[in-house]
Amino acid sequence: MSEEIEGRMPSSDEATHKEQQEIDDNVITPEKAEEVKLKARYPHLGAKPGGSDLLRKRLQKGQKFFDSGDYNMAKAKVKNKQQLPAVTPAEKAEITGDHIPTPQDIPQRKPSIVASKLAG
Amino acid sequence: MAGAGGGGNDVQWCFSQVKGAIDDDVAEADIISTVEFNHSGELLATGDKGGRVVIFQQELESKNQPLCRGEYNVYSTFQSHEPEFDYLKSLEIEEKINKIRWLPQKNAAQFLLSTNDKTIKLWKISERDKRPEGYNLKEEDGRYRDPTTVTTLRVPVFHPMDLMVEASPRRVFANAHTYHINSISVNSDCETYLSADDLRINLWNLEITDRSFNIVDIKPANMEELTEVITAAEFHPNQCNTFVYSSSKGTIRLCDMRASALCDQHSKLFEEPEDPSNRSFFSEIISSISDVKFSHSGRYMMTRDYLTVKIWDLNMESRPVETYQVHEYLRSKLCSLYENDCIFDKFECCWNGNDSVVMTGSYNNFFRMFDRGYRQDVTLEASRESSKPRSVLKPRKVCTGGKRKKDEISVDSLDFNKKILHTAWHPQDNIIAVATTNNLYIFQDRL
Repeated sequence: MSEEIEGRMPSSDEATHKEQQEIDDNVITPEKAEEVKLKARYPHLGAKPGGSDLLRKRLQKGQKFFDSGDYNMAKAKVKNKQQLPAVTPAEKAEITGDHIPTPQDIPQRKPSIVASKLAG
Repeated sequence: MAGAGGGGNDVQWCFSQVKGAIDDDVAEADIISTVEFNHSGELLATGDKGGRVVIFQQELESKNQPLCRGEYNVYSTFQSHEPEFDYLKSLEIEEKINKIRWLPQKNAAQFLLSTNDKTIKLWKISERDKRPEGYNLKEEDGRYRDPTTVTTLRVPVFHPMDLMVEASPRRVFANAHTYHINSISVNSDCETYLSADDLRINLWNLEITDRSFNIVDIKPANMEELTEVITAAEFHPNQCNTFVYSSSKGTIRLCDMRASALCDQHSKLFEEPEDPSNRSFFSEIISSISDVKFSHSGRYMMTRDYLTVKIWDLNMESRPVETYQVHEYLRSKLCSLYENDCIFDKFECCWNGNDSVVMTGSYNNFFRMFDRGYRQDVTLEASRESSKPRSVLKPRKVCTGGKRKKDEISVDSLDFNKKILHTAWHPQDNIIAVATTNNLYIFQDRL
């Protein structure tokens, strides 16, 4: 029924419980190995309690901020074709001003009469 | 690993129908966001990101084909929610339908609740198959007749007409949620329902839109202390005083509305003890419960977290009675799944009619069924390739390492953009509705 964990850990049929404990202590679980990988790529991650940050981001979903200074800078950026420094995405923080749309970018309000393709 | 198990080890699942566009270029509005059968199973509703609801109706079984269950065809479609903008809070309100819940049928009309992030609406879907003809003062096309030409009187008579299905919004339940609504659940008393957002749960009367009672509030006084949000909530199927809500920390709280007006104190707390040595950065994220569903019997409830499906006996809070691994091979991919946000995907789960089998979705358009009695599980795929009418679905297998056998797919080849988040099971028969990104698949057992 349940799939076996990948072949890092020996089958528990072969080891007694005590030996299993010892083996567990010495072998990193796949989850911890993944955590090590993540921390290597993003050393500042988890410096603050991760739960609160993620939760707060979730609660603020959909909130838009507008700053006329950022807006004008973004317009100037397009004109001069200058690249802003890249923001590491895994910081999981949105930079205010990075997502300011210009009037040309805003999609026209969708017509309500477009039927769903499921009904086609 | 079983063959085509699920619902007894002799059930074979066959393709029945697929709805939606074939092309790969998916418009965001067409992304299916919820799927729900009504209480009889005759109607199947879908909601999408564009705020539209499409309802399918099962055709009556024809006498010519007794071994074939009726097909589902479009019955009604309407725009339930529109995009809005909250100017006061600078908040964009998506029109995406988060949940649809049917009311039990009481008369000729059908009623359903549909909700987006902020507003719940009660829709009435009714049929019109007759119209009155023979008015004295109006022509058939509606123009008024010249009264001087009326020389006789007649009584208008109802004549049959082509079936027209009308959907009209009967109630709009608005402005009760500061945070995003994730669940709605109709009470077994058929008079009230609950709506839950990230931090609060409200109780409504279906008739009253200007008042709602707050029954759960987990918002901390200081938002810096926020550690947990509500992820799903549901009323007990036959105890009208009982409901449960799940959290992002993997706990489920059962509340009794008879105990007090505000149910912040739970009556039961269901939580599986965690092995502290196994704790990692991902532990809390993958323990977040994305869906909670009572069994039809009301004795059990099922929860879905990122990697498992758990069955809980309401009489035992200390740990689940059954745990099923949905895609354990993803545990060694958590780093990438965190980077591409897939670790936050919210999978739903469902029971079959007699609570013997449970189903949930996975990636690569795979979905999984677990037969609780026969202790079998199967992985099936919703794809256009296996879409020949009545063709039996072949079980799929993911290879986790070492030599890949023929017909197996390796973990690294899985398409994480093809996720099955929403599935539904007919309340009585072995008919399932499985939603891929923009298509709805209907599968039936082979009769």
